Amino acid sequence: MDYFYFAVRRLLQALLVMFVISLIGFSIQDNLGDPLRELVGQSVSEAQRQELRDRMGLNDPFLVQYGRFLAKAVQGDLGQSYFFKKPALEVIAAKFPATLELVIGATLIIITFAVPLGVFCAIRPKSWFSKFVMGFSIVGISVPVFLTAIFSIYLFSVELGWMPSFGRGETRNILGWQSGFFTVDGLVHLILPSISLASIMMPLFIRLIRSEMMEILQMDYIRFAWAKGLYSKRVWFLHAFKNTLLPVITVGGVQVGTMLAYTILTESVFQWPGMGFLFLEAVNRVDTPLIIAYIIVVGLIFVVTNTVVDLVYTWVNPTVKLVGQKS
Amino acid sequence: MALLEVKGLEVEFPLGRKTLQALHGVDFSLDRGERLGIVGESGAGKSVAAFSILNLISRPGRISEGEVLFDGTDLTRLDDAAMREIRGNKISMIFQDPMMTLNPVLTIGTQMIECLQAHREISKEDARKISIDKLKEVMIPSAENRMESYPHELSGGMRQRVVIAIALLTDPSIIIADEPTTALDVTIQAEIMVLMLALCKNNNVGLILITHDLAVVSQVTERIMVMYAGRVVEQGPTREVIQNPGHPYTRGLIKALPQENIPGARLNQIPGSMPSLDAIPAGCAFNPRCEFVDLECHNAIPPLCGEGEQKIACIHRDRIPRFNLSEKGI
Amino acid sequence: MSAFTTFFQSDFVFRFKRDKVAVISLIVVVVLVLSALFAPLIAPTNPYDLTTIDIMDSEIPPIWTEEGEDRFLLGTDPQGRDMLSTILYGMRISLTIGFFAVLLQAFLGVSIGLLSGYIGGRVDAFFMRLADIQLSLSTLMVAIIALAVFQAGFGAELYSDLAIIMLVLVIGIAEWPQYARTVRASVLAEKHKEYVDAARVIGMSRRRIMVRHILPNTLSPILVISTIQVANAIISEAALSFLGLGMPVNKPSLGSLISSGFEFIFSGSWWITVIPSIVLVALILSINLLGDWLRDVLNPKLYKD
Repeated sequence: MDYFYFAVRRLLQALLVMFVISLIGFSIQDNLGDPLRELVGQSVSEAQRQELRDRMGLNDPFLVQYGRFLAKAVQGDLGQSYFFKKPALEVIAAKFPATLELVIGATLIIITFAVPLGVFCAIRPKSWFSKFVMGFSIVGISVPVFLTAIFSIYLFSVELGWMPSFGRGETRNILGWQSGFFTVDGLVHLILPSISLASIMMPLFIRLIRSEMMEILQMDYIRFAWAKGLYSKRVWFLHAFKNTLLPVITVGGVQVGTMLAYTILTESVFQWPGMGFLFLEAVNRVDTPLIIAYIIVVGLIFVVTNTVVDLVYTWVNPTVKLVGQKS
Repeated sequence: MALLEVKGLEVEFPLGRKTLQALHGVDFSLDRGERLGIVGESGAGKSVAAFSILNLISRPGRISEGEVLFDGTDLTRLDDAAMREIRGNKISMIFQDPMMTLNPVLTIGTQMIECLQAHREISKEDARKISIDKLKEVMIPSAENRMESYPHELSGGMRQRVVIAIALLTDPSIIIADEPTTALDVTIQAEIMVLMLALCKNNNVGLILITHDLAVVSQVTERIMVMYAGRVVEQGPTREVIQNPGHPYTRGLIKALPQENIPGARLNQIPGSMPSLDAIPAGCAFNPRCEFVDLECHNAIPPLCGEGEQKIACIHRDRIPRFNLSEKGI
Repeated sequence: MSAFTTFFQSDFVFRFKRDKVAVISLIVVVVLVLSALFAPLIAPTNPYDLTTIDIMDSEIPPIWTEEGEDRFLLGTDPQGRDMLSTILYGMRISLTIGFFAVLLQAFLGVSIGLLSGYIGGRVDAFFMRLADIQLSLSTLMVAIIALAVFQAGFGAELYSDLAIIMLVLVIGIAEWPQYARTVRASVLAEKHKEYVDAARVIGMSRRRIMVRHILPNTLSPILVISTIQVANAIISEAALSFLGLGMPVNKPSLGSLISSGFEFIFSGSWWITVIPSIVLVALILSINLLGDWLRDVLNPKLYKD
């Protein structure tokens, strides 16, 4: 019952955040760019303009207009892109797989390296390798993602010629998913962008895993596990790691949002045809419906991942104190 | 020879510029099936002494001197693999707070079975059966079902029973219990203590009981060791020490006990508090709080000595008036 | 004077002197900050002064290369500006934005944290929910979107005049929750201690109790957070400028310098991107290393998620 109460609260909060985001989206539409100009150009008289405004409902009260915006948005109608002359949501949806591939690629790299390195650094904090990893990770945090991207292009594409320097390469449609995952060329194109994107998040994860695990290793139940005479592998990889995993997954889930922000930078350097690149183009063209659609889609991704992570975390870890529950 | 013999144990904590010494030449021993109580206020070093037996002192603490002879082997010289075979097998531990002792994400069953499997060539099914038997032995209702429970589904008292069951799983010859009841409700404390005493007696298990509760010690243990600021200040048979304490500190501890038969009587506190490790006074560490202090007490650290079984580390031990405590209801 | 000597004999200074990395980091930070501060005195030319710039001087490589010229130690950029001067002025802008953005964060965060912790109840609940939500959104994402919308709204011309203020505001406002949570946590810890009660009993006002008694206890976590936040703010600024949402090319920060040099890297004019990149990374890295060191030494109770 407590969980049910918590879940309802959490979902309500998610709705509230989406509501605020939609409000922001709408007020941008309200203030940015004039839909009339896009429709009729400069040659129409002021009286005709007023009439058109009335007919389009642009003179209605704010709330009425917002209501209309919301009703359409809920049905997936976020307006027409001025530039592409297609529904904004459709334009974004077409670019979504490219961004998703980038995120998946980076996530795989992060998991493969951050978990073993973080765990090792926690178990053997004094070894030279741990010190090296920690030193390297602070360098990693200090190098902005666009620099990693630029210099990896410079080194691997321009100087060595091993990798393509931009674009997504060949894609193939499998089960309705137009993806570069299914071709060699697509995968090769994915390598540098994924590494660049991973480079900025990896140090954070190594440090997070290390510090969480080191804290867990100080716990009484770990000392008790040692006192039971268990093999060190079991103490580290079962007793300690299992407890480390939960907070790491929570933070990891939240980081999906941060990763989306970095995709904008990565996509911009590699001219990767994803949502972020599209967004930057839309900004330069003042393509308001597309800007708003991007904000709402990204907002939705944030809210959904955060809510899901919270719900799952609380579900699998009943020892966590539920928010809003008095102890 | 005693089963466990600790000789000249010194433990230090290197902290930045300075090194703090937590134990100064601590000696004690434990016979097979014997029950020893270690008492003192918090910070006296009693937990450090107990944890150093299994070399489980928290970092960066380390044993710098002395030996821990168990069945003739010096545990301080064992490598990790040999030490692992002693821990939880020959010598088990029970920790203070059962809320924190069991791993929150593993079932009770997992945490019991793994302990058996770490020390015996045994199938999971057999380990499970033994575990259930032990849970029954510590009187946990519906033991089979409890195997699948997670720690947070159990009450504090039940969890401590589980911890005791785990400690007993491998039929160890010594159990070290670090304040096993302080974190529990008062009503449950006695239950757990009685249970532990019975189990130790029935299985002929030696017990090292660390506590600040003199009443518990006097009921459970045969011998007692009083610690202050990292040193043993008094040692001897429980009955003698309790009824006829020789060290001013032990006297203070006993006088501080509530007097059950005199309602409304004031509690006699020992004035002041235990010095921290970096500010231990010269000479006898207890001198700032002692009612019998004189100039001599500042000069040298008094050695632990005495004619009978009761040893006292106080230069004025012959001058201090003894009191008979039988009227105190202990 | 005595406070001065006590400080230099403290454990803090002792541990600092023993840590080579920390000492070097501090030296790097001090040198960079001073040269940014005195850029108008040090820089050979004023990159904002269009009269001194000759387009014929564009893309001259640094002095140690074959085609280098004595006039330009680090070469010139595509517009013929002296790289050394441009970098010094650019670092000045990056540091200014970083510093003021963090000042704003700290001010907002500390005020909200103090209020939230001290008043409690609905005020507290409101601000902490807000902090949760804001932390769950990524700062960089919010900043990109906010600046993109402003830029589209104002038009690039007007925007480039306001860029510094916009960057400070956006980076400053987005990151208050970390301060607020840490301060709130220590207020809650301190609130019921005897000295606060005592202060209340002798009739001190709430504000005075908070500022005089509770705030000093939160100084070391604030110091640690601020150090790392300055580095983060500089990175964010660089990223935003790189995307063309920050400082304009005629008044470049390190980020916009790197961005403007990016296209030339393929034609061989590497120094336009590489040299400002090195300065940027050196600056951020040394601040981060100092922050790390401070966290290890002061070991404050930071609010953890």
